[in-house]
Amino acid sequence: MAKKSDWVQIHNIVLNPEERSSALPEDTKSHPLEVWMKGWLQQDAKLGDEVEVITRVGRRAKGTLVDERPYFRHGYGELVPEVLMIGEMVRNITFGGDE
Amino acid sequence: MMDNSYNAIMARKNDIIRNAVGMDYSEFERGGITFDYEAMMDATGYTIEELQRVQAMFSIGNTPLIELKNLTALARKCASKGKGARIFIKDEASNPSGSFKARRACTSVYHAKKLGYKGVIAATSGNYGAAVACCAAMAGLKCIVVQECYDSKGIGQPEIIEKARKCEALGAEVVQLTVGPELFSTVLQLLEETGYFNASLYTPFGIAGVETLGYEVAMQCRERLGKDPDVVVCTNAGGGNLTGTARGLRKAGCSAKIIGASVNLKGLHMASDDQFNRKSFTTGHTGFGVPYAVDPDHSDVPRSAARPLRYMERYVTVTQGSVFYITECLASLEGLEKGPAGNTSLAAAFRLAQDMDEDQIIVVQETEYTGAGKHINPQLSFARQNGIEIIFGDPKDEIPGKSIILPAHPSLIQVNDMDLDHIRRSRIKRAVGSHKDELTDEDIRYLIEETNSNEEFVRKAVAEL
Repeated sequence: MAKKSDWVQIHNIVLNPEERSSALPEDTKSHPLEVWMKGWLQQDAKLGDEVEVITRVGRRAKGTLVDERPYFRHGYGELVPEVLMIGEMVRNITFGGDE
Repeated sequence: MMDNSYNAIMARKNDIIRNAVGMDYSEFERGGITFDYEAMMDATGYTIEELQRVQAMFSIGNTPLIELKNLTALARKCASKGKGARIFIKDEASNPSGSFKARRACTSVYHAKKLGYKGVIAATSGNYGAAVACCAAMAGLKCIVVQECYDSKGIGQPEIIEKARKCEALGAEVVQLTVGPELFSTVLQLLEETGYFNASLYTPFGIAGVETLGYEVAMQCRERLGKDPDVVVCTNAGGGNLTGTARGLRKAGCSAKIIGASVNLKGLHMASDDQFNRKSFTTGHTGFGVPYAVDPDHSDVPRSAARPLRYMERYVTVTQGSVFYITECLASLEGLEKGPAGNTSLAAAFRLAQDMDEDQIIVVQETEYTGAGKHINPQLSFARQNGIEIIFGDPKDEIPGKSIILPAHPSLIQVNDMDLDHIRRSRIKRAVGSHKDELTDEDIRYLIEETNSNEEFVRKAVAEL
Protein backbone atom coordinates (compact mmCIF):
# COMPACT_ATOMS: atom_id res chain seq x y z
CA MET A 1 0.00 0.00 0.00
CA ALA A 2 1.46 3.34 -1.05
CA LYS A 3 0.66 6.49 0.88
CA LYS A 4 -0.11 9.95 -0.40
CA SER A 5 3.19 11.81 -0.96
CA ASP A 6 5.20 8.61 -1.54
CA TRP A 7 7.61 8.66 -4.50
CA VAL A 8 6.21 6.15 -7.01
CA GLN A 9 6.35 4.99 -10.62
CA ILE A 10 3.36 4.92 -12.96
CA HIS A 11 2.82 3.27 -16.33
CA ASN A 12 0.67 4.01 -19.39
CA ILE A 13 0.01 2.67 -22.84
CA VAL A 14 0.78 5.50 -25.27
CA LEU A 15 -0.23 3.68 -28.44
CA ASN A 16 -1.98 0.34 -28.87
CA PRO A 17 -0.45 -1.98 -31.49
CA GLU A 18 -3.04 -1.01 -34.12
CA GLU A 19 -2.25 2.71 -33.58
CA ARG A 20 1.49 2.34 -34.15
CA SER A 21 3.52 3.62 -37.09
CA SER A 22 3.20 1.46 -40.18
CA ALA A 23 6.95 1.83 -40.83
CA LEU A 24 7.87 -0.35 -37.82
CA PRO A 25 9.20 -3.90 -38.00
CA GLU A 26 6.55 -6.50 -37.11
CA ASP A 27 8.19 -7.52 -33.81
CA THR A 28 7.84 -3.94 -32.57
CA LYS A 29 4.42 -3.20 -34.05
CA SER A 30 2.87 -6.21 -32.33
CA HIS A 31 3.51 -4.52 -28.94
CA PRO A 32 2.02 -1.32 -27.55
CA LEU A 33 4.19 1.78 -27.04
CA GLU A 34 4.50 2.03 -23.25
CA VAL A 35 5.68 4.80 -20.96
CA TRP A 36 6.89 4.96 -17.35
CA MET A 37 7.06 8.12 -15.24
CA LYS A 38 7.82 8.91 -11.60
CA GLY A 39 6.37 11.38 -9.16
CA TRP A 40 4.84 12.14 -5.76
CA LEU A 41 1.63 10.15 -5.28
CA GLN A 42 -1.47 12.28 -4.78
CA GLN A 43 -3.65 9.76 -2.90
CA ASP A 44 -3.27 6.50 -0.95
CA ALA A 45 -3.30 3.62 -3.44
CA LYS A 46 -2.23 0.04 -4.05
CA LEU A 47 -0.29 -1.41 -6.99
CA GLY A 48 -2.48 -1.57 -10.10
CA ASP A 49 -4.65 1.41 -9.13
CA GLU A 50 -5.12 4.35 -11.48
CA VAL A 51 -3.44 7.27 -9.74
CA GLU A 52 -2.20 10.80 -10.18
CA VAL A 53 1.35 11.96 -9.43
CA ILE A 54 3.16 15.27 -9.46
CA THR A 55 6.42 14.83 -11.34
CA ARG A 56 9.84 16.33 -10.71
CA VAL A 57 9.03 19.41 -12.82
CA GLY A 58 5.62 19.84 -11.18
CA ARG A 59 3.46 18.29 -13.91
CA ARG A 60 0.37 16.29 -13.03
CA ALA A 61 0.41 12.87 -14.71
CA LYS A 62 -2.00 9.96 -14.47
CA GLY A 63 -1.32 6.25 -14.87
CA THR A 64 -1.29 2.81 -13.30
CA LEU A 65 0.73 2.53 -10.11
CA VAL A 66 3.48 -0.03 -10.82
CA ASP A 67 6.19 0.60 -8.24
CA GLU A 68 6.42 2.13 -4.77
CA ARG A 69 9.64 3.85 -3.77
CA PRO A 70 11.37 2.87 -7.06
CA TYR A 71 15.15 2.76 -7.03
CA PHE A 72 17.94 1.93 -9.45
CA ARG A 73 19.15 -1.65 -9.48
CA HIS A 74 21.81 -1.51 -12.19
CA GLY A 75 25.40 -2.23 -11.29
CA TYR A 76 28.61 -3.59 -12.73
CA GLY A 77 27.22 -6.96 -13.78
CA GLU A 78 28.67 -10.40 -13.17
CA LEU A 79 32.34 -11.29 -13.49
CA VAL A 80 33.56 -11.20 -17.08
CA PRO A 81 36.99 -12.85 -16.81
CA GLU A 82 37.88 -11.82 -20.35
CA VAL A 83 38.19 -8.23 -19.14
CA LEU A 84 40.96 -9.28 -16.73
CA MET A 85 42.63 -11.26 -19.51
CA ILE A 86 42.71 -8.25 -21.85
CA GLY A 87 44.48 -6.24 -19.17
CA GLU A 88 47.14 -8.92 -18.69
CA MET A 89 47.58 -9.42 -22.43
CA VAL A 90 48.20 -5.81 -23.31
CA ARG A 91 50.45 -5.15 -20.33
CA ASN A 92 52.57 -8.13 -21.30
CA ILE A 93 52.85 -7.02 -24.91
CA THR A 94 53.54 -3.39 -24.06
CA PHE A 95 55.84 -3.75 -21.06
CA GLY A 96 57.25 -7.25 -21.63
CA GLY A 97 55.50 -9.04 -18.76
CA ASP A 98 57.74 -10.37 -15.96
CA GLU A 99 60.94 -10.52 -18.01
CA MET B 1 -9.86 19.59 -24.41
CA MET B 2 -6.84 19.19 -26.68
CA ASP B 3 -6.88 16.13 -28.97
CA ASN B 4 -3.77 14.22 -27.90
CA SER B 5 -4.09 11.29 -30.28
CA TYR B 6 -0.92 10.45 -32.21
CA ASN B 7 -2.21 11.84 -35.51
CA ALA B 8 -3.55 15.03 -33.93
CA ILE B 9 -0.24 15.75 -32.20
CA MET B 10 1.79 15.06 -35.34
CA ALA B 11 -0.52 17.40 -37.29
CA ARG B 12 0.42 20.21 -34.87
CA LYS B 13 4.13 19.39 -35.18
CA ASN B 14 5.29 22.52 -37.04
CA ASP B 15 3.56 24.92 -34.67
CA ILE B 16 4.81 23.10 -31.59
CA ILE B 17 8.41 23.06 -32.85
CA ARG B 18 8.33 26.74 -33.85
CA ASN B 19 7.14 27.70 -30.37
CA ALA B 20 9.64 25.39 -28.73
CA VAL B 21 12.82 26.46 -30.53
CA GLY B 22 12.07 30.15 -30.93
CA MET B 23 13.27 29.92 -34.52
CA ASP B 24 11.40 29.91 -37.82
CA TYR B 25 13.18 27.41 -40.02
CA SER B 26 11.27 28.52 -43.12
CA GLU B 27 13.53 31.60 -43.20
CA PHE B 28 16.38 29.42 -44.40
CA GLU B 29 14.55 27.68 -47.23
CA ARG B 30 15.70 28.95 -50.62
CA GLY B 31 13.16 27.30 -52.88
CA GLY B 32 13.61 24.01 -54.71
CA ILE B 33 15.54 21.54 -52.53
CA THR B 34 17.99 24.14 -51.21
CA PHE B 35 18.23 25.60 -47.75
CA ASP B 36 20.92 27.96 -46.50
CA TYR B 37 22.86 25.98 -43.90
CA GLU B 38 25.33 28.75 -43.05
CA ALA B 39 22.53 31.28 -42.63
CA MET B 40 20.88 28.88 -40.18
CA MET B 41 24.15 28.46 -38.25
CA ASP B 42 24.67 32.26 -38.22
CA ALA B 43 21.14 32.72 -36.88
CA THR B 44 22.28 31.45 -33.48
CA GLY B 45 23.92 34.86 -33.22
CA TYR B 46 26.89 33.48 -31.25
CA THR B 47 30.48 33.76 -32.41
CA ILE B 48 32.96 31.12 -31.26
CA GLU B 49 34.37 33.59 -28.72
CA GLU B 50 30.88 34.15 -27.28
CA LEU B 51 30.31 30.41 -27.13
CA GLN B 52 33.55 29.97 -25.24
CA ARG B 53 32.48 32.66 -22.79
CA VAL B 54 29.05 31.08 -22.27
CA GLN B 55 30.60 27.64 -21.79
CA ALA B 56 33.10 29.06 -19.30
CA MET B 57 30.14 30.36 -17.26
CA PHE B 58 29.04 26.71 -16.99
CA SER B 59 32.63 25.49 -16.32
CA ILE B 60 32.54 23.64 -19.63
CA GLY B 61 35.44 23.27 -22.04
CA ASN B 62 39.22 23.61 -21.83
CA THR B 63 39.45 19.87 -21.20
CA PRO B 64 42.89 18.25 -21.11
CA LEU B 65 44.50 16.82 -24.24
CA ILE B 66 46.28 13.69 -23.03
CA GLU B 67 49.04 11.89 -24.91
CA LEU B 68 48.50 8.12 -24.78
CA LYS B 69 52.15 7.10 -24.77
CA ASN B 70 51.67 3.48 -23.80
CA LEU B 71 48.84 2.91 -26.23
CA THR B 72 51.02 4.52 -28.91
CA ALA B 73 53.81 2.11 -27.94
CA LEU B 74 51.39 -0.80 -28.30
CA ALA B 75 50.24 0.45 -31.72
CA ARG B 76 53.89 0.69 -32.83
CA LYS B 77 54.43 -2.93 -31.82
CA CYS B 78 51.64 -3.80 -34.27
CA ALA B 79 52.90 -1.47 -37.04
CA SER B 80 55.76 -1.69 -39.51
CA LYS B 81 59.02 0.10 -38.69
CA GLY B 82 58.76 3.89 -38.57
CA LYS B 83 54.98 3.76 -38.42
CA GLY B 84 52.67 4.52 -35.51
CA ALA B 85 51.52 8.12 -35.04
CA ARG B 86 51.36 9.70 -31.59
CA ILE B 87 47.84 9.18 -30.24
CA PHE B 88 46.23 11.97 -28.18
CA ILE B 89 42.83 11.96 -26.53
CA LYS B 90 40.69 14.94 -25.56
CA ASP B 91 39.39 14.14 -22.09
CA GLU B 92 35.86 15.41 -22.55
CA ALA B 93 34.69 13.27 -19.63
CA SER B 94 36.11 16.01 -17.42
CA ASN B 95 33.31 18.35 -18.50
CA PRO B 96 30.43 18.77 -16.03
CA SER B 97 28.01 15.89 -16.78
CA GLY B 98 30.89 13.77 -18.06
CA SER B 99 30.94 14.13 -21.83
CA PHE B 100 31.36 16.55 -24.73
CA LYS B 101 27.57 16.76 -24.80
CA ALA B 102 27.85 19.46 -22.12
CA ARG B 103 29.08 21.80 -24.86
CA ARG B 104 26.06 20.96 -26.94
CA ALA B 105 23.54 21.34 -24.13
CA CYS B 106 24.95 24.51 -22.65
CA THR B 107 24.26 26.76 -25.63
CA SER B 108 20.67 25.52 -25.87
CA VAL B 109 20.04 25.95 -22.16
CA TYR B 110 21.66 29.39 -22.12
CA HIS B 111 19.57 30.44 -25.10
CA ALA B 112 16.36 29.04 -23.57
CA LYS B 113 17.04 30.98 -20.38
CA LYS B 114 17.73 34.17 -22.33
CA LEU B 115 14.44 33.81 -24.24
CA GLY B 116 12.54 33.36 -20.99
CA TYR B 117 11.59 29.68 -21.21
CA LYS B 118 10.93 28.04 -17.82
CA GLY B 119 12.34 24.67 -18.76
CA VAL B 120 13.94 22.49 -21.42
CA ILE B 121 13.07 19.12 -22.92
CA ALA B 122 15.44 16.73 -24.66
CA ALA B 123 14.74 13.44 -26.40
CA THR B 124 17.77 11.25 -25.84
CA SER B 125 18.86 7.95 -24.34
CA GLY B 126 22.43 9.14 -24.28
CA ASN B 127 24.89 11.39 -22.48
CA TYR B 128 23.06 14.39 -23.86
CA GLY B 129 20.26 13.94 -21.31
CA ALA B 130 22.67 14.30 -18.40
CA ALA B 131 24.27 17.27 -20.14
CA VAL B 132 20.95 19.10 -20.51
CA ALA B 133 19.95 18.21 -16.95
CA CYS B 134 23.31 19.47 -15.69
CA CYS B 135 23.16 22.80 -17.52
CA ALA B 136 19.48 23.26 -16.61
CA ALA B 137 20.41 22.73 -12.96
CA MET B 138 23.05 25.45 -13.23
CA ALA B 139 20.67 27.82 -15.04
CA GLY B 140 17.79 27.21 -12.65
CA LEU B 141 15.56 25.78 -15.39
CA LYS B 142 13.35 22.73 -15.18
CA CYS B 143 14.23 19.76 -17.34
CA ILE B 144 12.50 16.73 -18.84
CA VAL B 145 14.47 13.99 -20.58
CA VAL B 146 12.57 11.51 -22.75
CA GLN B 147 14.32 8.16 -23.27
CA GLU B 148 13.79 5.09 -25.42
CA CYS B 149 14.73 2.71 -22.66
CA TYR B 150 12.95 -0.63 -22.48
CA ASP B 151 12.01 -3.53 -24.71
CA SER B 152 8.46 -4.94 -24.56
CA LYS B 153 9.48 -7.17 -21.63
CA GLY B 154 10.40 -4.06 -19.66
CA ILE B 155 14.12 -4.87 -19.77
CA GLY B 156 16.35 -1.84 -20.13
CA GLN B 157 19.88 -1.51 -21.40
CA PRO B 158 22.08 -0.99 -18.31
CA GLU B 159 23.79 1.91 -20.05
CA ILE B 160 20.47 3.72 -20.61
CA ILE B 161 19.28 3.03 -17.05
CA GLU B 162 22.46 4.64 -15.78
CA LYS B 163 21.80 7.71 -17.88
CA ALA B 164 18.28 7.91 -16.41
CA ARG B 165 19.81 7.77 -12.93
CA LYS B 166 22.24 10.54 -13.73
CA CYS B 167 19.49 12.76 -15.17
CA GLU B 168 17.41 12.26 -12.02
CA ALA B 169 20.45 12.94 -9.86
CA LEU B 170 20.78 16.28 -11.63
CA GLY B 171 17.16 17.17 -10.95
CA ALA B 172 15.47 16.19 -14.21
CA GLU B 173 12.22 14.35 -14.76
CA VAL B 174 12.86 11.25 -16.85
CA VAL B 175 10.11 9.84 -19.07
CA GLN B 176 10.94 6.33 -20.26
CA LEU B 177 9.40 4.58 -23.25
CA THR B 178 9.59 1.25 -25.01
CA VAL B 179 11.22 0.92 -28.43
CA GLY B 180 9.87 2.99 -31.29
CA PRO B 181 10.29 6.26 -33.17
CA GLU B 182 6.83 7.41 -32.05
CA LEU B 183 8.67 8.70 -28.98
CA PHE B 184 8.68 11.95 -30.94
CA SER B 185 4.93 12.39 -30.42
CA THR B 186 5.41 12.10 -26.65
CA VAL B 187 8.08 14.79 -26.86
CA LEU B 188 5.77 17.07 -28.85
CA GLN B 189 2.97 16.53 -26.36
CA LEU B 190 5.27 17.43 -23.46
CA LEU B 191 6.55 20.52 -25.28
CA GLU B 192 2.97 21.64 -25.83
CA GLU B 193 1.89 20.84 -22.28
CA THR B 194 4.81 22.60 -20.57
CA GLY B 195 5.76 25.36 -23.03
CA TYR B 196 9.41 24.41 -22.48
CA PHE B 197 12.26 24.90 -24.96
CA ASN B 198 13.10 21.99 -27.26
CA ALA B 199 16.77 21.43 -26.46
CA SER B 200 17.04 19.19 -29.49
CA LEU B 201 20.39 17.61 -30.27
CA TYR B 202 20.09 18.99 -33.77
CA THR B 203 19.45 22.74 -33.42
CA PRO B 204 22.19 25.15 -34.56
CA PHE B 205 22.72 26.08 -30.89
CA GLY B 206 23.75 22.54 -30.04
CA ILE B 207 26.07 22.09 -32.99
CA ALA B 208 27.62 25.53 -32.60
CA GLY B 209 28.42 24.51 -29.02
CA VAL B 210 30.62 21.67 -30.27
CA GLU B 211 32.67 24.02 -32.45
CA THR B 212 34.64 25.04 -29.36
CA LEU B 213 35.84 21.43 -29.06
CA GLY B 214 37.43 21.40 -32.51
CA TYR B 215 38.83 24.87 -31.93
CA GLU B 216 40.46 23.77 -28.66
CA VAL B 217 41.99 20.68 -30.28
CA ALA B 218 43.74 22.87 -32.88
CA MET B 219 44.91 25.42 -30.30
CA GLN B 220 46.15 22.82 -27.81
CA CYS B 221 48.12 20.98 -30.50
CA ARG B 222 49.73 24.24 -31.64
CA GLU B 223 50.65 25.24 -28.08
CA ARG B 224 51.99 21.83 -27.06
CA LEU B 225 53.37 20.40 -30.25
CA GLY B 226 53.95 23.48 -32.34
CA LYS B 227 51.83 22.06 -35.14
CA ASP B 228 48.36 21.00 -36.16
CA PRO B 229 47.11 17.44 -35.78
CA ASP B 230 47.28 15.40 -38.99
CA VAL B 231 44.10 13.45 -38.30
CA VAL B 232 41.14 13.98 -35.97
CA VAL B 233 38.86 10.98 -35.43
CA CYS B 234 35.25 11.54 -34.31
CA THR B 235 32.78 8.92 -33.16
CA ASN B 236 29.82 9.35 -35.48
CA ALA B 237 26.17 8.67 -34.66
CA GLY B 238 23.71 11.52 -35.24
CA GLY B 239 26.52 13.53 -36.84
CA GLY B 240 26.64 16.48 -34.43
CA ASN B 241 29.94 15.53 -32.81
CA LEU B 242 31.72 15.33 -36.14
CA THR B 243 29.99 18.37 -37.65
CA GLY B 244 30.68 20.67 -34.71
CA THR B 245 34.26 19.49 -34.23
CA ALA B 246 35.04 19.87 -37.93
CA ARG B 247 33.56 23.37 -38.05
CA GLY B 248 35.64 24.35 -35.02
CA LEU B 249 38.84 22.97 -36.55
CA ARG B 250 38.16 24.87 -39.77
CA LYS B 251 37.42 28.07 -37.84
CA ALA B 252 40.85 27.66 -36.26
CA GLY B 253 42.32 27.36 -39.74
CA CYS B 254 43.27 23.73 -39.12
CA SER B 255 43.18 21.39 -42.09
CA ALA B 256 43.49 18.08 -40.20
CA LYS B 257 41.86 15.18 -42.00
CA ILE B 258 38.51 14.41 -40.42
CA ILE B 259 37.66 10.76 -40.08
CA GLY B 260 34.32 9.48 -38.76
CA ALA B 261 34.17 6.18 -36.88
CA SER B 262 31.15 4.08 -35.92
CA VAL B 263 30.64 0.70 -34.29
CA ASN B 264 29.48 -1.79 -36.90
CA LEU B 265 25.95 -2.94 -36.03
CA LYS B 266 25.16 -4.15 -39.54
CA GLY B 267 22.09 -6.37 -39.66
CA LEU B 268 20.45 -5.01 -36.51
CA HIS B 269 17.28 -2.95 -36.99
CA MET B 270 17.19 0.13 -34.76
CA ALA B 271 13.40 0.07 -34.32
CA SER B 272 13.28 -3.66 -33.57
CA ASP B 273 11.95 -4.67 -30.16
CA ASP B 274 13.58 -8.14 -30.34
CA GLN B 275 16.98 -6.71 -31.24
CA PHE B 276 16.92 -3.73 -28.86
CA ASN B 277 18.84 -5.53 -26.12
CA ARG B 278 21.06 -7.49 -28.50
CA LYS B 279 22.99 -4.33 -29.27
CA SER B 280 25.89 -3.79 -26.92
CA PHE B 281 26.26 -0.19 -27.98
CA THR B 282 23.39 2.25 -27.62
CA THR B 283 25.14 4.99 -29.59
CA GLY B 284 28.18 5.65 -31.77
CA HIS B 285 27.04 2.94 -34.14
CA THR B 286 26.18 2.57 -37.82
CA GLY B 287 22.47 2.24 -37.01
CA PHE B 288 22.49 5.99 -36.35
CA GLY B 289 25.59 6.99 -38.29
CA VAL B 290 24.48 5.93 -41.76
CA PRO B 291 20.80 7.02 -41.74
CA TYR B 292 21.62 10.40 -40.20
CA ALA B 293 24.34 11.00 -42.82
CA VAL B 294 21.96 10.09 -45.64
CA ASP B 295 18.98 11.97 -44.23
CA PRO B 296 20.02 14.44 -41.51
CA ASP B 297 16.59 16.06 -41.52
CA HIS B 298 14.70 13.08 -40.11
CA SER B 299 15.45 14.44 -36.63
CA ASP B 300 13.17 16.37 -34.26
CA VAL B 301 13.72 19.76 -35.95
CA PRO B 302 12.82 20.71 -39.56
CA ARG B 303 16.47 21.17 -40.58
CA SER B 304 19.26 19.49 -38.68
CA ALA B 305 22.43 21.44 -37.98
CA ALA B 306 24.33 18.13 -37.84
CA ARG B 307 25.39 17.43 -41.43
CA PRO B 308 28.43 15.14 -41.20
CA LEU B 309 28.77 14.49 -44.95
CA ARG B 310 29.77 18.12 -45.38
CA TYR B 311 32.94 17.48 -43.39
CA MET B 312 33.74 13.77 -43.28
CA GLU B 313 36.71 12.80 -45.45
CA ARG B 314 36.74 9.14 -44.55
CA TYR B 315 34.27 6.96 -42.65
CA VAL B 316 35.39 3.75 -40.96
CA THR B 317 33.73 1.14 -38.80
CA VAL B 318 35.12 -0.91 -35.94
CA THR B 319 33.64 -3.93 -34.16
CA GLN B 320 31.97 -3.95 -30.75
CA GLY B 321 34.63 -6.32 -29.42
CA SER B 322 37.42 -4.02 -30.60
CA VAL B 323 35.92 -1.03 -28.77
CA PHE B 324 35.46 -3.00 -25.54
CA TYR B 325 39.05 -4.21 -25.87
CA ILE B 326 40.50 -0.74 -26.44
CA THR B 327 38.46 0.58 -23.49
CA GLU B 328 40.20 -1.95 -21.27
CA CYS B 329 43.55 -0.99 -22.85
CA LEU B 330 42.89 2.63 -21.91
CA ALA B 331 42.35 1.57 -18.29
CA SER B 332 45.20 -0.96 -18.12
CA LEU B 333 47.85 0.98 -20.04
CA GLU B 334 46.95 4.59 -19.40
CA GLY B 335 45.13 4.49 -16.07
CA LEU B 336 42.08 6.11 -17.64
CA GLU B 337 38.78 4.38 -16.95
CA LYS B 338 36.19 5.75 -19.39
CA GLY B 339 32.84 4.73 -20.88
CA PRO B 340 33.02 2.46 -23.92
CA ALA B 341 30.87 4.24 -26.54
CA GLY B 342 33.12 7.30 -26.69
CA ASN B 343 36.07 5.01 -27.33
CA THR B 344 34.76 4.00 -30.74
CA SER B 345 37.02 6.61 -32.29
CA LEU B 346 39.90 5.44 -30.09
CA ALA B 347 39.65 1.89 -31.44
CA ALA B 348 39.72 3.34 -34.95
CA ALA B 349 42.63 5.67 -34.12
CA PHE B 350 44.65 2.77 -32.69
CA ARG B 351 44.54 1.11 -36.13
CA LEU B 352 44.73 4.29 -38.22
CA ALA B 353 47.88 5.37 -36.33
CA GLN B 354 49.63 2.25 -37.59
CA ASP B 355 49.43 3.55 -41.18
CA MET B 356 50.83 6.95 -40.22
CA ASP B 357 54.43 8.01 -39.61
CA GLU B 358 55.78 8.11 -36.04
CA ASP B 359 56.08 11.90 -36.07
CA GLN B 360 52.46 12.41 -37.08
CA ILE B 361 49.65 13.30 -34.69
CA ILE B 362 46.24 11.62 -34.46
CA VAL B 363 43.68 13.06 -32.06
CA VAL B 364 40.70 11.24 -30.60
CA GLN B 365 38.42 14.10 -29.68
CA GLU B 366 36.39 12.68 -26.80
CA THR B 367 36.10 10.48 -23.76
CA GLU B 368 32.91 9.94 -21.75
CA TYR B 369 32.30 9.20 -18.08
CA THR B 370 31.93 5.65 -16.83
CA GLY B 371 29.95 4.18 -13.97
CA ALA B 372 27.49 1.44 -13.05
CA GLY B 373 25.80 0.12 -16.18
CA LYS B 374 27.91 2.28 -18.43
CA HIS B 375 31.13 0.33 -18.37
CA ILE B 376 32.53 -2.64 -20.29
CA ASN B 377 31.90 -5.11 -17.48
CA PRO B 378 28.13 -4.64 -17.08
CA GLN B 379 27.71 -4.26 -20.83
CA LEU B 380 29.53 -7.51 -21.56
CA SER B 381 27.77 -9.21 -18.67
CA PHE B 382 24.40 -8.03 -20.01
CA ALA B 383 25.29 -9.24 -23.50
CA ARG B 384 26.21 -12.67 -22.15
CA GLN B 385 22.90 -12.83 -20.23
CA ASN B 386 21.15 -12.07 -23.53
CA GLY B 387 22.80 -15.04 -25.22
CA ILE B 388 25.51 -13.13 -27.07
CA GLU B 389 28.64 -15.24 -27.45
CA ILE B 390 31.75 -13.49 -26.09
CA ILE B 391 35.07 -15.02 -27.15
CA PHE B 392 38.63 -14.12 -28.07
CA GLY B 393 39.36 -14.38 -31.77
CA ASP B 394 39.51 -12.34 -34.95
CA PRO B 395 37.13 -9.36 -34.78
CA LYS B 396 36.31 -9.74 -38.48
CA ASP B 397 34.25 -12.83 -37.54
CA GLU B 398 31.98 -10.83 -35.18
CA ILE B 399 28.27 -10.92 -36.04
CA PRO B 400 26.39 -8.03 -34.38
CA GLY B 401 23.60 -9.36 -32.18
CA LYS B 402 25.12 -12.86 -32.09
CA SER B 403 28.73 -12.49 -31.03
CA ILE B 404 31.26 -10.11 -29.55
CA ILE B 405 34.76 -11.06 -30.56
CA LEU B 406 37.52 -9.64 -28.41
CA PRO B 407 40.75 -9.42 -30.40
CA ALA B 408 43.09 -12.32 -29.52
CA HIS B 409 45.94 -9.86 -30.19
CA PRO B 410 45.85 -6.07 -30.56
CA SER B 411 47.20 -6.37 -34.12
CA LEU B 412 43.84 -7.90 -35.09
CA ILE B 413 42.02 -4.61 -34.54
CA GLN B 414 41.08 -3.33 -37.97
CA VAL B 415 39.04 -0.53 -39.48
CA ASN B 416 36.68 -1.10 -42.38
CA ASP B 417 36.11 1.72 -44.82
CA MET B 418 32.53 2.62 -45.58
CA ASP B 419 31.87 3.52 -49.22
CA LEU B 420 31.55 7.26 -48.66
CA ASP B 421 30.67 7.92 -52.30
CA HIS B 422 27.78 5.49 -51.99
CA ILE B 423 26.53 7.36 -48.90
CA ARG B 424 26.94 10.65 -50.79
CA ARG B 425 24.86 9.32 -53.69
CA SER B 426 22.19 8.17 -51.21
CA ARG B 427 22.22 11.66 -49.68
CA ILE B 428 21.72 13.20 -53.11
CA LYS B 429 18.87 10.81 -53.88
CA ARG B 430 17.19 11.68 -50.58
CA ALA B 431 17.65 15.43 -51.02
CA VAL B 432 16.43 15.45 -54.62
CA GLY B 433 13.36 13.32 -53.97
CA SER B 434 10.86 13.85 -56.75
CA HIS B 435 12.46 17.11 -57.96
CA LYS B 436 14.99 15.59 -60.37
CA ASP B 437 13.68 17.46 -63.41
CA GLU B 438 13.40 20.83 -61.66
CA LEU B 439 16.92 21.20 -60.25
CA THR B 440 18.47 24.67 -60.56
CA ASP B 441 22.16 25.56 -60.55
CA GLU B 442 21.65 26.67 -56.94
CA ASP B 443 20.32 23.21 -56.08
CA ILE B 444 23.42 21.62 -57.63
CA ARG B 445 25.66 23.93 -55.60
CA TYR B 446 23.70 22.94 -52.48
CA LEU B 447 24.20 19.24 -53.23
CA ILE B 448 27.94 19.77 -53.75
CA GLU B 449 28.14 21.36 -50.29
CA GLU B 450 25.91 18.74 -48.71
CA THR B 451 28.17 15.95 -49.93
CA ASN B 452 31.55 17.73 -49.85
CA SER B 453 32.01 16.65 -53.47
CA ASN B 454 32.18 18.37 -56.86
CA GLU B 455 29.90 19.30 -59.73
CA GLU B 456 30.83 16.33 -61.87
CA PHE B 457 30.05 13.90 -59.04
CA VAL B 458 26.70 15.52 -58.26
CA ARG B 459 25.56 15.79 -61.89
CA LYS B 460 26.47 12.17 -62.53
CA ALA B 461 24.67 11.03 -59.37
CA VAL B 462 21.57 13.02 -60.32
CA ALA B 463 21.60 11.63 -63.86
CA GLU B 464 21.68 8.10 -62.44
CA LEU B 465 18.57 8.68 -60.30
